[in-house]
Amino acid sequence: MQGGTATVERVFREEYGRLIASLVRRFGDIDIAEEAAGEALVAALEKWPESGVPPNPGGWLTVTAGNRAIDRIRREKQRDAKHQAAFMYHDDTPHERTGPVEDDRLRLLFTCCHPALAPEARIALTLRLLGGLTVAEIAQAFLVPEITMAQRVTRAKKKIAAAKVPYRVPEAADLAERLGGVLAVLFLVFNEGYLTTGDGDPVRAELTGEAIRLTRVLRQLLPEEPEVAGLLGLLLLTDARREARVRNGQLVPLGEQDRAGWDRRLIAEGHGLVRECLAANRPGRYQILAAINAVHTDAPTASDTDWSQVVALYDQLTRLDPSPIVALNRAVAVAELDGPKVALTLVDRLPLTGYHAWHVARADMLRRLGRTAEAKESYDAAIAATQNTAERAYLSRKRGELV
Amino acid sequence: MTHYLLTVHGPAEMDEFGSYGSKEEMEEAFAATGAFNDKLHADGYWVFAGGLQSASTATVVDGQGETPVMTDGPYLETKEVIGGFWVIDAPDLDVALRLAAEGSKACRGKVEVRPFDGLA
Repeated sequence: MQGGTATVERVFREEYGRLIASLVRRFGDIDIAEEAAGEALVAALEKWPESGVPPNPGGWLTVTAGNRAIDRIRREKQRDAKHQAAFMYHDDTPHERTGPVEDDRLRLLFTCCHPALAPEARIALTLRLLGGLTVAEIAQAFLVPEITMAQRVTRAKKKIAAAKVPYRVPEAADLAERLGGVLAVLFLVFNEGYLTTGDGDPVRAELTGEAIRLTRVLRQLLPEEPEVAGLLGLLLLTDARREARVRNGQLVPLGEQDRAGWDRRLIAEGHGLVRECLAANRPGRYQILAAINAVHTDAPTASDTDWSQVVALYDQLTRLDPSPIVALNRAVAVAELDGPKVALTLVDRLPLTGYHAWHVARADMLRRLGRTAEAKESYDAAIAATQNTAERAYLSRKRGELV
Repeated sequence: MTHYLLTVHGPAEMDEFGSYGSKEEMEEAFAATGAFNDKLHADGYWVFAGGLQSASTATVVDGQGETPVMTDGPYLETKEVIGGFWVIDAPDLDVALRLAAEGSKACRGKVEVRPFDGLA
């Protein structure tokens, strides 16, 4: 049915970020915006199932929510000076799909990812206000009690209001640095969905999907920023392998995946973005990671992978980011190019004993070197360091195959 | 415009050069802080500022009872205390944070930025 409850909720979710962002601009207050949006949803649930979805549902929601907010501010005007002040922000800019309304979402994204907010609060606020996820959904995704997540979100919103975190795209001089914070949040949201930390569903497609959707919005808004294109390319080329990555509840490593199960449409789009980045010639972290994933997704079979190019790209990445995590990923590629013995020496030097991927890499290299007893120990350490059910299942199988 | 308190945190223990390593360092920091203060005035952010004597000169007064109770020393015995502060009037947190970074560099200490809930 055209205007059924499910349709209303889907449209509301799709429009939520846009709606909230324009309300925040008009009323200068996140709480007022969220309440008005909630009231507009109630109104839509009453009306649309009878009258059908209006031709411009986002516009309908914005007008309705705006009216509800104004009603509420008028009611409370006398007893609440803050809302009276907020009322002064009122403007009648119509809802449009492009132009200033799009900028509203970008502004709000920079507010949510402001460096003055705690990193976990940035992720939660971004998913709540721009992704339209409920606090309960975010709490579930990050395995914290709902009350903890609610407090985190409330505290961050209070800080935004009290300390006056601006709703503004940073000026050119600060943009690159602040954009880095926004991209990091989107990447973290994606990663949490792609390899979930906890012992629930091993993959959470709603998080990977939301990260991609928000990165697409960012890409529309900042088409000239190669790192945005790079991140989108990286996410698409990674997500393209999602279906092939878990089989019978077990994680399937890249080399053993059924490449026919990869999403060719996403790969083509990702490769296009990587080519665009190469042409822009302003390399950055996400662009290089995207390029590495382009090499992987370019190979018809695992043995066709151009590992020398992968290692060369990791060398380039190391120059930008000489972190042990990058060194670990580089070593995994070196194992394919120069063999596990060389790679193991590199891995053993890294201060990552608390990181499950370090144990996974070591276990695999020791196994290939025939050092079975040590490999078993490493598999045990890796299993103990991860809660992801699919990864544990895979590692347990590999350990069990050792004789 | 919003008022922000910018507090400078430094070690509770101070020697003859305050929290600085040498006389030269102290003089350089004073000069840089003076220049920063002039800039706050010139750009219209200045409300008030001051440096504090060492925490050991503090007295805590509890006047909630019938007669006030005086206690020697700071309210909290900590390794880091407030050494000085600015009160600024800035349009938003981004401006306040930028000024705090400049102030921190000038006075060579960490600066905490906190909005006022109103100013009497």
